[in-house]
Amino acid sequence: MPYPANFRFTPEHEWVAVDGTQAKVGITDYAQKQLGDIVFVELPAVGAELVAGQAFGTVESVKAVSEIFAPVSGTVSAINSALVQSPELLNSDPHGAAWMVEVKVAGKANDKLMDAAAYEKFVAEEEASH
Amino acid sequence: MSSSTPRASRHIVQNEDLLFEVSSPGKRGYQLPALDVPAVTLAAARREIPDCPEVSELEVIRHFTRLSTWNYGVDTGIYPLGSCTMKYNARVNEAVTRLEGLGDGHPLQPEELSQGALRIMQLLSEYLLEITGMDAITLQPAAGAQGELTGILLVRAALTARGDARKKVLIPDSAHGTNPATAAIAGYTVENLKSNPDGTVDMASLDRQMTRDVAALMLTNPNTLGIFEEDIHRIADLVHERGGMLYMDGANMNALVGRSRPGDFGVDVMHLNLHKTFSTPHGGGGPGSGPVAVKKTLEPYLPIPVLRVKRGKPVLDYRRPKSIGRVRAFYGNFGMFTRALAYIMANGSDGLKQTTEDAVLNANYIRRKLQDVFALPYPTPSMHEVVFSDSIQAAQGVHTGDIAKRLIDYGFHPYTVSFPLVVRGAMMIEPTESANQREMDEFIAALRAIAEESKNTPELVTGAPHTTKISRLDEVAAARNPVLRWRPSKSEAAQS
Amino acid sequence: MRYLPTSDPIRQRMLADLGLNSIDELFSHIPEYCRLQRPLNIPKGQAEADIIRFFRAAAAENAPGFTSFVGAGAYHHFRPTHVDTLISRGEWFTAYTPYQPEISQGTLQSIFEFQTMICQLTGQDVANAGMYDGSTALHEACMMAARVTGRSGMVVARSIHPQYRQVLRTLTRYRDFPTTEVGFGTDGRIDVAALRAAVNSGTAAVAVQSPNFFGNLEDWEQAAEIAHGAGALLIAVITDPVSLGLLPPPEAADIVAMELQGFGIPVGFGGPYAGIIASRDKFVRSLPGRLVGEARDSEGRRGFVLTLSTREQHIRREKATSNICTNQALCALMASIFMATYGKQGLRELAEQNLAKAAYAASAFTAAGAEVLFPSPRFHEFVVRLKRPLAASKSALKKAKLIAGLPLNEHYPELGEALLVCVTEIITREDIDRLVAAL
Repeated sequence: MPYPANFRFTPEHEWVAVDGTQAKVGITDYAQKQLGDIVFVELPAVGAELVAGQAFGTVESVKAVSEIFAPVSGTVSAINSALVQSPELLNSDPHGAAWMVEVKVAGKANDKLMDAAAYEKFVAEEEASH
Repeated sequence: MSSSTPRASRHIVQNEDLLFEVSSPGKRGYQLPALDVPAVTLAAARREIPDCPEVSELEVIRHFTRLSTWNYGVDTGIYPLGSCTMKYNARVNEAVTRLEGLGDGHPLQPEELSQGALRIMQLLSEYLLEITGMDAITLQPAAGAQGELTGILLVRAALTARGDARKKVLIPDSAHGTNPATAAIAGYTVENLKSNPDGTVDMASLDRQMTRDVAALMLTNPNTLGIFEEDIHRIADLVHERGGMLYMDGANMNALVGRSRPGDFGVDVMHLNLHKTFSTPHGGGGPGSGPVAVKKTLEPYLPIPVLRVKRGKPVLDYRRPKSIGRVRAFYGNFGMFTRALAYIMANGSDGLKQTTEDAVLNANYIRRKLQDVFALPYPTPSMHEVVFSDSIQAAQGVHTGDIAKRLIDYGFHPYTVSFPLVVRGAMMIEPTESANQREMDEFIAALRAIAEESKNTPELVTGAPHTTKISRLDEVAAARNPVLRWRPSKSEAAQS
Repeated sequence: MRYLPTSDPIRQRMLADLGLNSIDELFSHIPEYCRLQRPLNIPKGQAEADIIRFFRAAAAENAPGFTSFVGAGAYHHFRPTHVDTLISRGEWFTAYTPYQPEISQGTLQSIFEFQTMICQLTGQDVANAGMYDGSTALHEACMMAARVTGRSGMVVARSIHPQYRQVLRTLTRYRDFPTTEVGFGTDGRIDVAALRAAVNSGTAAVAVQSPNFFGNLEDWEQAAEIAHGAGALLIAVITDPVSLGLLPPPEAADIVAMELQGFGIPVGFGGPYAGIIASRDKFVRSLPGRLVGEARDSEGRRGFVLTLSTREQHIRREKATSNICTNQALCALMASIFMATYGKQGLRELAEQNLAKAAYAASAFTAAGAEVLFPSPRFHEFVVRLKRPLAASKSALKKAKLIAGLPLNEHYPELGEALLVCVTEIITREDIDRLVAAL
């Protein structure tokens, strides 16, 4: 699955798509593949404050659990309730229908974020190290 | 295995519905004696228990007998579940536990009427102290994980008493999950300690991470890779120099009994798993029992009551001002004390040492006979268990879980899958002393055959098991939409 | 050694296969100072007959054949013979945790049935596969309430089993769980005004036991209303499940922490027992301990698996809901067999007999001039203030092979020379009359 050019990525495998002051956040195709079949997603409530680099939710497969780290700081303006109902969306469409939260961005974005090309290289290195 | 019959065979296995489906209104499996006092009515009695089963005694027997036939136990055959020490459970242990006076003794009956039970606890305590080389012990913790919690609370109480509040516990990455979970419940933060290429504690990392803020290092020895920490003395010295304590998870004591004593290599506090090393039955997942043995410095903090001998008689001492308090009601899992003591008595000093030697010999035998077909991530010498990885087979898309399932088709209980976490695709094999050579040879032959299948017909392995009552269950669907209890269908509900 | 399935010739052959001359070589990598250089100071292995003789002698010193009126969290109920017959099958008691569902369906289905029966009995939505016992279940319930509410205050009735409260104090020593104990009134029940005053916006849970330690029944609805009014959870503590055959289930509670020993598990000098946590569906991901769920195989056949394991220590490690690993499976199985045997009618009749016997005993004490404290509805235990100190009756009791009850002076000194007496269905009217005469 290609990594969209307008996305930015964290080393913990989250993506963020910024549009003005609004941003959508999710986890990458690589992340969902590492976890396997997703069975549960826990998201914050609308209005929650996210701090870049800090955990804001969890994703679970049958035998693994992973925290989701905020790529940007801001206030949660919407959550994807369809994803909570159908966590398997994360396996089928991680970069689209399985977005997790929408954030009203506050302050500067995380400067460690990678673009698609850098992230692809990063993932290839992770793969090789295993 | 060429000369012998294959272990797996076919046999009638009956299906059996749930108790609630077997149930029929008006059936009963009990009769109470006639009431010899006036009946009393309770104004606020409950309505009847909804959907509670109604079955006859014979149906109870058949139900639980049929269910039992779907299980595999140590009595069935080799049970090489690494880290669990699935050894033989002698029947005499069961018999003595049920003797009148012990099986029905009340924990709060007067002490002078409980001398027999206290004497059993006293003798078991003495033997366990001799085996571990420690100074004092509590039998109270209900299981290994509760033993860990008790041990860490003892450490914290002692450090607090000397005005040295520390914040962290160091835990190697190969440790059981109970270790970090325990440290967290005791209010500590957990810091991971990486293993070195030998699979043991990396001394440089320990030197860096063992700061004045670390209360304890929780170490399993031999560790979960089945490797003895050869630097144990340097580890203990370093931890002690920096004011910390060395906790030993005794899960793997089956490798040491009669051969090596934690009390002699610098351990301050440790727990034992009576259900592993001392043969109390695993029971399908408990009960366990997790005595905690300590050095003198921690003795004042042991849970109340402490068992002491006073004028030749065992007594329970509740006046312990520094004690952390109780960790469980009553005295712990007494029924496990009788079983463990009977096991120690049956073996004796000679049998205990022989048991350890056989357990280590068996693990090394399996290692030697399989190391050419399965990858051995750590070539360091093995003690009572050996950890392979699936890396050779993974190239064909066959993973540790698949190999484990295929072993079932060959008639064996699988090894421990995917643990310890430091080994990708771990296959953790602990035959224990209870595996005989003939069965080990069959087990080895089965794993070698599966290694061949992984090359030639991998789908046979990845689709296993093929011979069981049910095939692989959809655990993903079970977790997405959990059904955790039976409920009557709409038509059944309408009928009742 | 008779438990070892090998022999010296086989050992020698195996060593030869490994290219070794002696077993010592397998231990040679252990540093010298770590090696024990002498035999353990434990007698040599003994014959089965010797072992039985030793334990018989010990059992003889442990009041065999006595009739006991001690309850207080461990109850003498009749255990149907087939409970031990069934659990003694090797497939039950020599198996381990059902990690491989294809060869563990017996254990898994029995746990699923167990979870279901506990829900039916307690009126809760979901029950786990078991905890160590009732005392540690209370601790787990408190930690769970703290997770669910994000608060830390605990309000605990002083009429909860004293040892349960001691366990809670120990295990929360280094956690910030400010705990308030609420006393009891002259009727033996929780002091409602004090309870209302103790609960506030920092309270995570209110914990109440019923029947309480004195045997008196508490009002679940009222306790729930007070807890919920402050946004806290109600933890219902139950020390004898037999009571639920007759008493209203704690449907108003958010978490039930119950000891199951009364359901066919031997009194056995205090353990092993089994506890459970039952709760509401909405809190399922905060539950501690194992859970078994229904699943389908590739051909659509029903089976059972361990599920929602990401809550547990082997996956979530330091962030797990608990450090517990076991579920006291064999004790839970005893309880399942017991529940199945008594069933819907039997559990009620059993509870009715306990109620009647204790009521008879209380009236017999009153008739004999002793003071029965706490005049509010009870189940099978009550508190009696004796006419003369218990010590004065000691030799008469021993001669009559009676154990009178539990003196309460240690934990409740304000009650004076008071005795907690438990009367279950196994006690006869004659036993009761003998006890009253001996005191």
